[in-house]
Amino acid sequence: MLKVSAVNDFVVRFANVNGTGSASANNMFAKAVFRMGIPISPKNIFPSNIQGLPTWFEVRINEKGYLGRRAGVDLMVCVNPESMANDIASVKPGGYFVYDNTRKLHKEYLRDDVHFIGIPMMQLCMDHYADPRKQQLFKNMVYVGALATLLDMDVNIIKVIISEQFEKKPKLISPNYQALQLGIDHAKENYECPLGVRLERRNNVGDHILIDGNTASGLGAIYAGATVAAWYPITPSTSVVKAFEKYAKKLRIDQETGQKKYAIIQAEDELAAMGMVIGATWNGARAFTATSGPGVSLMSEFIGLAYFAEIPVVLINVQRGGPSTGMPTRTQQPDILSSAYASHGDTKHVLLFPSTPAECFEHTVAAFDLADRLQTPIIVMSDLDLGMNNHMSPPLEWDDSKKYDLGKVLNAEDLENMEVYGRYLDVDDDGVCYRTIPGTHPTKGSFFTRGTSRDEYAQYTEDGSVYVRIVDRILKKWETAKDYVPVPVFRIHDIPSQCGIIFFGTTRYAALEAIDMLEAEGIILDGMRILAFPFNKMVEEFIENHEKIFVIEQNRDAQFRSLLINELEVNPKKLIKVLNYDGKPITADTIKNQIIEKYPSSPQEKTQTAS
Amino acid sequence: MTYVRPNFRHPGLPKNKVGFAKADYEGKISTLCAGCGHDSISGAIVQACFEMSILPHQLAKLSGIGCSSKTPTYFLDNSHGFNSVHGRMPSIATGAYMANRDLIYLGVSGDGDTASIGMGQFVHSIRKNMNMVYIVMNNGCYGLTKGQDSATADFGSVNKAGEKNVFPAIDLVGMAMELEATFVGRSFSGDKEQLVPMIKAAMSHPGFAFIDVISPCVTFNNNKGSTKSYDFVREHMEATSTIDFVPHKDEITVSYIEGQSAYVTLHDGSVIHLSKLSPHWYPQDRKSAINRLQEAKAKGEVLTGLLYIDTNSKDLHELQRTVKKPLNSLREEELCPGSQVLKRINEEYR
Repeated sequence: MLKVSAVNDFVVRFANVNGTGSASANNMFAKAVFRMGIPISPKNIFPSNIQGLPTWFEVRINEKGYLGRRAGVDLMVCVNPESMANDIASVKPGGYFVYDNTRKLHKEYLRDDVHFIGIPMMQLCMDHYADPRKQQLFKNMVYVGALATLLDMDVNIIKVIISEQFEKKPKLISPNYQALQLGIDHAKENYECPLGVRLERRNNVGDHILIDGNTASGLGAIYAGATVAAWYPITPSTSVVKAFEKYAKKLRIDQETGQKKYAIIQAEDELAAMGMVIGATWNGARAFTATSGPGVSLMSEFIGLAYFAEIPVVLINVQRGGPSTGMPTRTQQPDILSSAYASHGDTKHVLLFPSTPAECFEHTVAAFDLADRLQTPIIVMSDLDLGMNNHMSPPLEWDDSKKYDLGKVLNAEDLENMEVYGRYLDVDDDGVCYRTIPGTHPTKGSFFTRGTSRDEYAQYTEDGSVYVRIVDRILKKWETAKDYVPVPVFRIHDIPSQCGIIFFGTTRYAALEAIDMLEAEGIILDGMRILAFPFNKMVEEFIENHEKIFVIEQNRDAQFRSLLINELEVNPKKLIKVLNYDGKPITADTIKNQIIEKYPSSPQEKTQTAS
Repeated sequence: MTYVRPNFRHPGLPKNKVGFAKADYEGKISTLCAGCGHDSISGAIVQACFEMSILPHQLAKLSGIGCSSKTPTYFLDNSHGFNSVHGRMPSIATGAYMANRDLIYLGVSGDGDTASIGMGQFVHSIRKNMNMVYIVMNNGCYGLTKGQDSATADFGSVNKAGEKNVFPAIDLVGMAMELEATFVGRSFSGDKEQLVPMIKAAMSHPGFAFIDVISPCVTFNNNKGSTKSYDFVREHMEATSTIDFVPHKDEITVSYIEGQSAYVTLHDGSVIHLSKLSPHWYPQDRKSAINRLQEAKAKGEVLTGLLYIDTNSKDLHELQRTVKKPLNSLREEELCPGSQVLKRINEEYR
């Protein structure tokens, strides 16, 4: 029979029932591979539910460091009878299916091109533990033990992870070791180990960490000096504020009084959450909120106010599958346009596109500086995959010489020395005006903030020419923003190429892998990863310098491509859509196949379609 | 705008303790209709702030959208103001209050802004009990869009078009009390003697101080048959007591003499003196206040006065246990944990 053989390059998938404690065992497995020095990319595929529904955990193991999702399962660990039929069907020919054979497998499930490995998980637990809850929980450790043997893992690493995990409940360490051993022994006694797929120690993870993007964003808000977080719970953004809270409790408590140097307000809805952020930043604090697509829809009215009244806002949008409630526990990049142009009237907003947890941290920090510098909403465009899954990421870094850029804020002394103060006077000719914080001076610098049209002195006006002057000045600020936002990252090939590939956010992983795969097939592509909107000169030049450009994104309508066309007046024929929107992270194979299909076969076709 | 108030101030104008004349608390000339109740309320706010010797920059005024929400332009020109979006002033005020607990926050809203589009934020502000004064200028109609009934229009009240309202009114005062608001008052724009001390007391209260002010709309809701007209309110007004506010006078303690008077001492030592009390009503007993309110409603009276006050009110900053120093004054040194801590955090994720 065909047998998948691979060292440090395969996909393991776990099929569990949610709420059974499987997540912690699965994470231990992933972490153990990571600690063996092998790059991994774990993904949770979970239902919008608390207990009882199927859930999957998938780990791509790849010593070369390709971290995008890869389709096809080489080894399935299935402990969920409900999803078993489909789980068996999803294994690649020659792959392995590890299951609980306490009960015999249904005959019709059997496949003759899959290696079935039965481990009596339930039976072993019933024989060794009396408490039904323990029988359930330790089942998970049994399969981790079996995997350790089947894949030739370093058992000591797993044991260290267990002891760390239960540092505060040391009584649980030895029964977990025991369960692990039950799995190890059973696999050893009954199967030829290791399997065709196996692991070998490497030193390929460097100083990387394994962390989710939301935790990194929450830490970014801590480091950037956010003192007010206002939010409304929504998957997949909830853990941003939870991480902020976790670290604020450790790092932001006044030692003498035990009082908090931060406030977290759980609002009644997303509208109020955004209102609180605006109120706090108007009043001189750094504040933020985190939400997802439905929340952005609700916040749009306020985002327009912040844009027009020129109030700093930091919004972390952890995108999920839309429209409407959509696929709340699946990933997409579907809020590009609704975020870029959120709210009625002429509005546009600065967007940042992190692709790794380290960038979630950096971009969140940058968002606070940009918001204060530009006095406008800044939206950090994360997504469910980045936010909720662990990613192998460069470590988070902080430069102690860095000072917060609080932008143009006048103090009492400044006001004292001023002849005239106008809140919306463009003194520096960069479109950014000077603001004052309430409470600064008893008789100078006060002004009326409003969402209505007003003049340079913040006085209400319905004079069309004044209105035009103000909205055009805000557009000048948009030009200024281009000098402040992060620049794109390029991957230009040594061999000149007329074709390019544009991607952003989490698509990075699969796109970089696809570029290498395509190169092996003779298709050379120059790459550009865009990190921010507005698009600067470098983005324009890359598009000008290539005849055909594939734009990779994870939504149905190619929204990012529309944004490029709309903002840069690019010939639409030049930009070719490469899309994935089934809710699972995009794969390199998908990108590669779509590009091969759409790749211009001859120079003639190239010019024709590009003209 | 053609209406400009002269900047000239007579040097002999009386000054308050912080050296400001009453005129220093005024704003732009009102563009509301002549005789609008809202302008009287603006006047009462000016009077209260002058008498309280508030430094103008130590107060922030906020509003939503509507005729009422325009009024912050017409008072306290030296204070920062925020005219936000319809029904959303409470969330702006919450954020502002979290950023700086040291300022006085004065929110102004209307019956449409609060009882309809902003109901969600209003009720949650009561729960959060942030330290602010929340005034509803209540005229029972949408003035700026030409007189549609609002949610506080009484059942059976007749509007200018002659139509009877068929829906029951939302009584903001009753609702605030049910939601355990810590300061609830009702007044009438035509009764400055009651309103000025009530605003002063509200500004001294450490928590959410709600004042519902019946404020007739002279253009769209002052007709015969309206229950929010000047005539109707004057005829049906029933005050729980007269009210006097005495700042920082701590020797008086609470005492009640039914039908006579009560002294309520606030946290900062100021005292509210209520005299000529209604029977069976005690300003610190929510149940008695709710009963009194129901009784008045059954009789068709418009009950006014300081209806309820909780002197043990704990505001949002206290509930959150935040530092005494305003959060907006904290800088890098106090907020940023630095690179060494981040190195340790990285270790947690290896």
